[in-house]
Amino acid sequence: MNLRQRAWLTLPLVASVLLAACSSSSSSSSSSSSPPSSSSASSSSSGGLKTGLKVFVIPKNLGNSYFTTADSVNSGGALAALQALGETGAETSGTADTPASQLPVIQADISKGANALVISATDPTALCPTLESAMKKGIAVVTYDSDAPTCRSLFINQASSQAIGAIEVDLLAKQLHDTGEIAIVSASADDTNQNAWIGYMKQELAKYPNMKLVSTVYGNDDTATSTQVTQGLLEQFPNLKGIISPTTVGIAAAAAVLDTPKYRGKIALTGLATPDEMKKYVADGTVVSFALWDPANLGYLAAYAAVELASGKITGASGQTFTAGKLGSFTIGADNTVLLGPPYVFNSSNINNFNF
Amino acid sequence: MAPDVDLAARPPGPGPSGLELVRARVPWAFRWEAGLALIVVIIGIIGTVSSPDFLTSSNLFNLGLSNGEIAIMALPMTLIIISGEIDLSVSSTLGMASCLLGFLWARHWPMIAIFVVIAVVGLAAGALNGLLVTRLGLPSLAVTIGTLTLYAGIALILLGPNTVSNFPSAYTNLGVNAVPGTGGAITYSTLIFAALAVIFGVVLHATPVGRSIFAMGASPEAALFAGIRVKRIKTVLFMVSGLVCAFAGVLYTFRLSTSVSDNGVGLELDVVAIVLVGGISIFGGQGSVPGVVLGVLAFAGIQNALLLTNFNQEASGVVAGGLLLLSVFGRNAASYASRLRAWVPALRRPTEGPADGQAAAGGQP
Amino acid sequence: MTATLLRREPPETPAETSSRRLTERVFRIRESGIVVVLALFVAVTTGVQHRFLSDSNIQFVLVNTTIYALLALGETMVVVSRNVDLSVGSVLGMSAYLSANLFGEHHGIPIPVVFLAGLGIGLGWGLVNGLVVAAGRVPSLVVTLASLYIIRGVDILIVGGGMVTANTLPGSFTGIPKATVVGIPDLAIVVAVVIAAGAYYLRTYRSGRELYAIGSNPEAARLAGIPIGKRVLFAFAVSGAIAGVAGVLWAAQYGTVDSTAGTSYELTVITAVVVGGVAIFGGSGSVVGAALGALLLSTINSALYVLGISDFWDQAIFGFLLLLAITIDRIISVRLTAALRLRSTHRGT
Repeated sequence: MNLRQRAWLTLPLVASVLLAACSSSSSSSSSSSSPPSSSSASSSSSGGLKTGLKVFVIPKNLGNSYFTTADSVNSGGALAALQALGETGAETSGTADTPASQLPVIQADISKGANALVISATDPTALCPTLESAMKKGIAVVTYDSDAPTCRSLFINQASSQAIGAIEVDLLAKQLHDTGEIAIVSASADDTNQNAWIGYMKQELAKYPNMKLVSTVYGNDDTATSTQVTQGLLEQFPNLKGIISPTTVGIAAAAAVLDTPKYRGKIALTGLATPDEMKKYVADGTVVSFALWDPANLGYLAAYAAVELASGKITGASGQTFTAGKLGSFTIGADNTVLLGPPYVFNSSNINNFNF
Repeated sequence: MAPDVDLAARPPGPGPSGLELVRARVPWAFRWEAGLALIVVIIGIIGTVSSPDFLTSSNLFNLGLSNGEIAIMALPMTLIIISGEIDLSVSSTLGMASCLLGFLWARHWPMIAIFVVIAVVGLAAGALNGLLVTRLGLPSLAVTIGTLTLYAGIALILLGPNTVSNFPSAYTNLGVNAVPGTGGAITYSTLIFAALAVIFGVVLHATPVGRSIFAMGASPEAALFAGIRVKRIKTVLFMVSGLVCAFAGVLYTFRLSTSVSDNGVGLELDVVAIVLVGGISIFGGQGSVPGVVLGVLAFAGIQNALLLTNFNQEASGVVAGGLLLLSVFGRNAASYASRLRAWVPALRRPTEGPADGQAAAGGQP
Repeated sequence: MTATLLRREPPETPAETSSRRLTERVFRIRESGIVVVLALFVAVTTGVQHRFLSDSNIQFVLVNTTIYALLALGETMVVVSRNVDLSVGSVLGMSAYLSANLFGEHHGIPIPVVFLAGLGIGLGWGLVNGLVVAAGRVPSLVVTLASLYIIRGVDILIVGGGMVTANTLPGSFTGIPKATVVGIPDLAIVVAVVIAAGAYYLRTYRSGRELYAIGSNPEAARLAGIPIGKRVLFAFAVSGAIAGVAGVLWAAQYGTVDSTAGTSYELTVITAVVVGGVAIFGGSGSVVGAALGALLLSTINSALYVLGISDFWDQAIFGFLLLLAITIDRIISVRLTAALRLRSTHRGT
């Protein structure tokens, strides 16, 4: 036989080997799709994930303690999850909370051969051209904390926006006995998550006919500006009874303003804050309760989701489930969104148990 | 019989060194660009060595995208600084144009009309700067800090807390697509920058207007007496800067597909830094367009190279500031060297008497 | 060096006195101009919203002004000598974090030590700036632009993702900006005294007046034997030291410090200084004017928030005021120069 004849002969041999391999793998995948008890679910998902993937975690900006907790290894955040899974993880971003600062970093990460991107979006649309071209290249794009709704496969939300908006209003209503004028001190006017939460706050307020939202002001996540807008509120609305500040910079600034005998206890303050920021103000009564979630768990979950996506285990469609290590299993909901869980309420009874 | 004067004899004492001969023959500006070109090459080498992705067409594309607008704004800034003034309002003009674009687009104006309005506004913004500086004789540093704040304020008033991002993809694609035929490496903004660089370069280096600009920067009074229309040229320079920055604002908005009031905030410092790195003297009268092109490459190149390694982005400010300082120290190096040389022999000089001087002169009266 | 610094001016001739009196009268008018604008603004705003002049709001405005007024003092000394210090915001930010962090690292550290630490940090950077400008012969715009980048970059590296939270700061420290006497914040009184001291120094002591001379005409100053390098170094050192102290006050006022403290403050400070009548190319202006400029800007800010006018107008207003101020100053200086020249020709000097 000459070479060509020998080549033709090997074909059926190769084909049969391939067929055997495919059928064996398909049989293993069918067994993993059977209704999972908790143990089989965890074993199949960890068994099917790729290792050695290059995953970049891109917060809104570097130098923000909230994101440091969400992302770092020490706090058990995103990079810790990646390490446990055997991936190559790195946290990168710019130093300003703007798309102009975040975009070059995203592009560089793509150039460096990213397999997956975990992004907290500085803007809902500005990143889209870059993210869409990334997805076309087969890079898994997952957003966490702040979404870019039209250009990612999956969004990991800390809690449903509705739940966050509602709990803020409910916490304040409890302190105000459902009556009084309130105001909101927000961050930047184009923040996706801020606007989503404020929208739901207004909805929740409808339940309290005697509470009125008199103003929403923007502190731009700048301490001095947040301080001045709060002071302006106090003067403009002498009957103000409560303030909601769903941003860690805003609430810290507002608390510093209210931390005097004149306002403490007379004007209630709540919002979203890290426990460390509020320890002093909870101790002296300026703030009674506030909400948050565990940012480290958020980052951890986002990292797992990204690896699942990059390994082809999920596509991000609603209804799919996956397991995120120590956090258990999650189901993808509407809008390709995964919820971490309900917001966590901090007050004097539990605040000292946390150190972030 | 007295010896004939030997006209060919060199004067006593140390003659010009080789370095001084070179310096006499080669103009200062040309030497700076050569050094800077070397630095750009070194940055390129460092980039390639530290990351295999540096010289890829997609990375060059990203580099062009991130720095296109700053590079474009650096060109009129160069001419303004050479003429002895400065324009710190560039980033706010960009921001104001960006917000105007969003404002009018949200009110369903046709894009062509919007472009015309933005061009007019850019010219007007520059004209305000120019008039305050030339007609009222106000220092451009103070004027442009004022207009920086004013134009940023107008941008805020236009859009408030809102964003506009529903621009047609035909325009926003310039943030995604390369110029066809360049292998995906050249962005539209890079192409525009190259074209503008040629135009500005020709104007500055090959026309009488360009020579006038150098002259008025080197010595405003002499230029005035030489009949150069200083006021008119400076006003035109500011207006060109306003127009170019407004145009850069349009590019910026389409690249980010978002018009928001903080677009461009803080960029003026980067633009000034690039121009200074490019060898343009802050005092005016010296500099070149090739220099600023190299400055763009150096500044953008080093930041891009660092992005591609695992360099801590938190330290990028240190690198930018360091580069700026190095460039200025480099320019002053010649004067440091000569001051040092003057200082050192002063310590070592043996006592000189008239007899020594006489002997050195070879007996000549 | 101390002797030279503190040496007072020799007595003047009558011609000098009358020219100086004219100049001073003009500048007093200029400063009162700011006071008039301020009063008008307050009057109009209070007419619309009487709570603008409430005790609490006056306290807010005064405390918010103190940091800017202090920075304006240092910046004036630099600008008067024909330089500029763009790094004040970055120095403030680094000092705010590092000094406030001391409370967390060393429990029970006395507050004055923390202030000294902040002062030291600022003084260090001020000396670096001044040395590069004076000895390196590098234009201050370039030097302080570079140090703005570098100091902020180093601060970000040091702080990383951390922050100083209010619970690590002693109550007596965060209470500093809140202490008042007869309704006026103690801090405002202290800063007013410091400003007055600065004004006295610049007006009366030879080294202070030499800063003006350097800014007016550097060549002439050099020929007159003024030690330009030393004076400029001193001005930058003071500006840095003040920025350092301002950083500690920032931490006391806001309680929570991360790597963004003080960002972009330099622009507001320079606006305040120029609105206050200090010429950007040096040679004239006063710290009292600069402090009044800072007060005016804070008041406008507060007015916008209290009136509920979208604060999106404050940048535009500041920009307009700045342009107005430099135009007026230009007109004044042209007229004043003409008047002085007329006087000297009449006197035959």
